[in-house]
Amino acid sequence: MADRRTFRLMLLILGLVFAFLYIPISVLVGLSFNAGGMPTAWTGFSLKWYGALFANQDILRAAGNTLIVGLVSAAISTVLGTLLAIGVEIRRRKGSVLETLIFAPMVIPDIVLAIALLSFFSLLDVRLGLHTVIMAHVVFNLAYVCAVVRARLKSFDWSIVEASTDLGASTLTTLRRVVLPVLAPAIIAGGLLAFTLSVDEFIIAFFTAGAQRASITLPMQIYGMIRFGVTPEINVLATLVIGFSLVTLALSQRLNRGGLPGQ
Amino acid sequence: MQDRKTLILIAPAFAWLTAFMVVPCLLILALAFFRRGIYGGIDYEFTFENFGMVFDPLYARIFLKSAWIAGLAALIASVVGYAAAYAIASMPRHRQPALLFFAILPFWSNYLVRTYAWIVLLNREGLIVGIARALGFDGELPQMLYTEGAVVLGLVYNYLPFVILAAYAPLSRLNPEIAEASRDLGAGGWTTFRRVILPITLPGVATGFIFVFVLSIGNFVTPALLGGGQFQMIGNLVYAQFLTANDWPFGSALSMVLIAVMLVLLTLQTYANEHASTGRQSTERADG
Repeated sequence: MADRRTFRLMLLILGLVFAFLYIPISVLVGLSFNAGGMPTAWTGFSLKWYGALFANQDILRAAGNTLIVGLVSAAISTVLGTLLAIGVEIRRRKGSVLETLIFAPMVIPDIVLAIALLSFFSLLDVRLGLHTVIMAHVVFNLAYVCAVVRARLKSFDWSIVEASTDLGASTLTTLRRVVLPVLAPAIIAGGLLAFTLSVDEFIIAFFTAGAQRASITLPMQIYGMIRFGVTPEINVLATLVIGFSLVTLALSQRLNRGGLPGQ
Repeated sequence: MQDRKTLILIAPAFAWLTAFMVVPCLLILALAFFRRGIYGGIDYEFTFENFGMVFDPLYARIFLKSAWIAGLAALIASVVGYAAAYAIASMPRHRQPALLFFAILPFWSNYLVRTYAWIVLLNREGLIVGIARALGFDGELPQMLYTEGAVVLGLVYNYLPFVILAAYAPLSRLNPEIAEASRDLGAGGWTTFRRVILPITLPGVATGFIFVFVLSIGNFVTPALLGGGQFQMIGNLVYAQFLTANDWPFGSALSMVLIAVMLVLLTLQTYANEHASTGRQSTERADG
């Protein structure tokens, strides 16, 4: 009797929490299809704001920039992060300095890394632009790639490496023909995660991109637009960004079961 | 031998992290001890002035307010997150992974977009005002956006999935026989929860609390967007020193204090967890 009442209470809590989590996002997505564009009145379904968005040159350029930053930083961090993961796992002796170094990018507050890099670049007189954003993004991206690949390596059967070496394969051949194929799903998932993180990242990009309009990324563009209030254009852009995150998340889940938190 | 081979694998990432994380962080640590130049540059003259400024009443107040808001957000997120995690853990086992997945899912969408969603709901021509009007309420509604409450709400919303994830782990490993034993010994449902389940599963929430607190206290996006232009937290103060006020040494000192607060909390938590886990082993399910 009491158990049933508890169960109903639990269902109620779940319902409230999920409503809290999903109503704001759902309202936003719904509004992006509202012909009138304003939140207070529904004036019919329309895709016209989507059309308007794709005619906005600023947004298209920002999206292009974000794509460049995301792809290049994901590529670099996937290579560096994977090598790092393999190196750390092979190493018998656990170096705590190294572990701290790998863990640090995930816990340092974004704002601190952002101002540190801004000071660093300006002291060295490095011109700011997309290239500096890429250098900065690789820092935290490689930590996440490394974490995903290491998770996979925990269940890795090292005896196949021994077998490969016993059969006369060189270290490089073993790496290329034995280790990498087994790790491939985790590496791709890590790369995808890095790409998503980089595409969504705002604070560090904001500080390291410099002042010129040519290096504005999509999150910087969104931040600038949001500060001026609610517009139909942002609703559409926000909806597309949410959709994009869902697609990449679904992809990486398919590729690497158990590699992401929440599974 | 082994070490020399792995060095080649580790070196590139090590070099990258050193160049673009360690050195820049050491740089601002050093900057924090220099004096601000007259024209906004840096005078290379050693001083503790910047750290003294942090305790200036004007800035100390911002620090305290940031800590208050971050603490409130962390507390609310912990309570709600624990309740949600508890509810998920009490559902049939085969449904739990999906529920957990959907609780975390919003976390994977863009932070700015999630914050913007609340501007849509809370602003003067927003949905909540619209619904109130539609229900026949035509008095003056209190300002919702650009308030302290909106900032706390935004932080709770953004970081709640974190706590759910952190709190779920110990709850899902909990051995149901312990609760049974407690009931067999005559404890009621509430007593069992308060005296048995809560103490065992609290470390998970503590982790969540500290993460929400740390992420909130240095946040500058949520205060800027939901708190309005005048609203200042430490994050906004650091931001201003670097992008508008041009006092880099003071900005560096502020962020060092931020890091110090964070390190102290994380160390405390690690210590508390190690302490708690000594007595915990036996209470967990053998297969968990």
